[in-house]
Amino acid sequence: MNERIQEKLSILADAAKYDASCSSSGGKRKNEGKGLGNAEGMGICHSYTEDGRCVSLLKILLTNHCIFDCAYCVSRRSNDVKRAAFTVDEVVDLTINFYRRNYIEGLFLSSGIFSSPDYTMERLVRIVKKLRTEHKFNGYIHVKTIPGASEELIQEAGLYADRLSVNIELPSELALTTLAPEKNYQEILTPMAQIRDGIIQNKEEKALFKKVPAFATAGQTTQLIVGASGETDLEIIKLSDSLYQGYGLKRVYYSGYVPVTDDARLPQVTQPPVIREHRLYQTDWLMRFYGFHADEILDPAHPHLDLEIDPKLAWALRNRHVFPVDVNTAEFEMILRIPGVGARSAKRIVAARRFAPLTMELLHSFGVVLKRAKYFLTCRGGQPAALGELTEQQVRRQILFGAGSVRSALVTQQLDLFAQAS
Amino acid sequence: MRRRATAVSPAGARPAGAPALTAAPRDYTYDGTFEGLLTVLFTVYDWRAAPNSIQPAATAQAGLFAQPAHRETDEAQAARVWDGLLRTMDAEARARLYHVFLSEDAERELLIFRYVDLALRAGRDIAENYVEATVRRVQRLAQQMFREKHRMEAFVRFEKTRDGLFHATVEPDYDVLPLIAAHFTKRYADQRWLIYDRRRRYGLYYDLTRTDVVQFEEAGAPAHATGAVAATVLDEREPLFQVLWQAYFDHVNIPERRNLKLHRRHMPLRYWKYLSEKQPRAQPFQPIQNKRPPGAAGALAGPAAGPE
Repeated sequence: MNERIQEKLSILADAAKYDASCSSSGGKRKNEGKGLGNAEGMGICHSYTEDGRCVSLLKILLTNHCIFDCAYCVSRRSNDVKRAAFTVDEVVDLTINFYRRNYIEGLFLSSGIFSSPDYTMERLVRIVKKLRTEHKFNGYIHVKTIPGASEELIQEAGLYADRLSVNIELPSELALTTLAPEKNYQEILTPMAQIRDGIIQNKEEKALFKKVPAFATAGQTTQLIVGASGETDLEIIKLSDSLYQGYGLKRVYYSGYVPVTDDARLPQVTQPPVIREHRLYQTDWLMRFYGFHADEILDPAHPHLDLEIDPKLAWALRNRHVFPVDVNTAEFEMILRIPGVGARSAKRIVAARRFAPLTMELLHSFGVVLKRAKYFLTCRGGQPAALGELTEQQVRRQILFGAGSVRSALVTQQLDLFAQAS
Repeated sequence: MRRRATAVSPAGARPAGAPALTAAPRDYTYDGTFEGLLTVLFTVYDWRAAPNSIQPAATAQAGLFAQPAHRETDEAQAARVWDGLLRTMDAEARARLYHVFLSEDAERELLIFRYVDLALRAGRDIAENYVEATVRRVQRLAQQMFREKHRMEAFVRFEKTRDGLFHATVEPDYDVLPLIAAHFTKRYADQRWLIYDRRRRYGLYYDLTRTDVVQFEEAGAPAHATGAVAATVLDEREPLFQVLWQAYFDHVNIPERRNLKLHRRHMPLRYWKYLSEKQPRAQPFQPIQNKRPPGAAGALAGPAAGPE
């Protein structure tokens, strides 16, 4: 019995691991009346796997049996892989016992589609309902809705889950219908819109009435696979932008394609595109927290992100006319655009300059990293490194390889791989 | 938070609430508690005698100081200082000073004094005055404390004992147990738990009603002195869940993305000792075999083969 549950867990965690989402933040579920768990605070990564990814939730499939045959998916019908399925009680028992030992923040539940979408979704709902009602579990729950599941079941899942997500899967409808013949954008966007409307309605009701059952208070997210199909980065960030604007998503996750199959429809790669994925996340951040628009970062003339340098630096090098920015007088929004200056440094700059004019030494002393920033700012005492005399290539080279520069482990690793491949 | 409309007074002027420290500086000692330190601060302004040094009596070397002054903790004076701090800083900035105290930094007492003195004399909120080295140092220590607190909220691993107690041993870099008590009390409201700081020899114990600080005599707690709870007192299902957690940990990893540097940066080696997922495996890791369709070329065999 114990060995069987261990085997099931191994198979069903292994099959769920390609889902990138691990966030456990944004929930508003409090522990009232001495139940188990609390999900009101910030997310917590309880562990990190050897690939450096955060382990926050028990991320498993209910089953990896699947009637669909999506080319990029390890659990596709035609793949000869070991299959397993949990019972409802097994998932509940694992979640509660992992949570009690402080291994996890909660449950991320997804599933292959067995029998029918509604049959599968109904079981997912049964699990989360049992956790919430019978076990008074207040930990974080993220449910991946099953494509094609009925509106009623999705609605019910939202009553118990903190977060719902529908995977958009691939960055274009053409890629989706080629690689996942049983799926289409319509069946993905319809439940996404339903969840969006449910969240909006729930917020409105909360403003009017005292006691309203919660509905997916941590919002909805989605995920798409990068590198399994031929879209440009421009197409990808345009899609993300439209999902943020049109569906109010909390996050779009980018999952670098890990080769799990030989299929003529898929690119022949040996390594997941880790750096490209990283640059897409940086771009995503620029759009959500730094006031950048998608078409400032990329345009049809530059449809791909630079792998060597981050997108903010790339933007700055293309827009040298707006620099240098004077940290003692510039608006917060412009300071945020200085390469190497993050949100925290920008806040410190505008706070500290109320007390004294900022010099290079002061900027350095409160933690502003100047390696990239020094080419793009001025402060009391002038401009640390004159940009005007340098060509774009010279600045790039100095930043990437200059004296004392340390390349990120990620870039080094992936560039080494490129070197080996060529 | 009180802000003054007028400009900051020039150095040397004497704004209300901060008497000039005109008496001869003293070398203060106290009992090592936060209340004790607040009592010293009260005395500094009462006597108008700036501190040359402030040290816990237990570790201070007697005879080295020219002007020794030992202060016993006075609850009333400590409370007056603690409440009074809110006149020059917000609750968040005040809490940061307590966190600095818990950091066990060698300079913490003088640093807290300097910050308080700066705040009293500034006449406006100094929390964001990064131009001042004292403010930067306080921010940095507070940030370190926050990081350690957050790590402990993540890296505590409970083991269930036969009598239903959930027990964990930790060795945090700083004294963060007081900072994590509220988090664990809210989260594990329906189970008895004990978190023991082995380095500082005390723990937090929650009995389903309230959370208390508990001390252990060395002889009275052999289990805690050695770290792990003896296998015989564990709940019968405890080993199962540890094995399941290890299996889960191994299988959510993506070998093709292996990045040990990142792994160690997020989860530094010194924390591994008490993490069940970083303990040796009873059985070696068996990757799930993704069998390729017959006839497929073996060109891609490399990355699917799992960790070397």
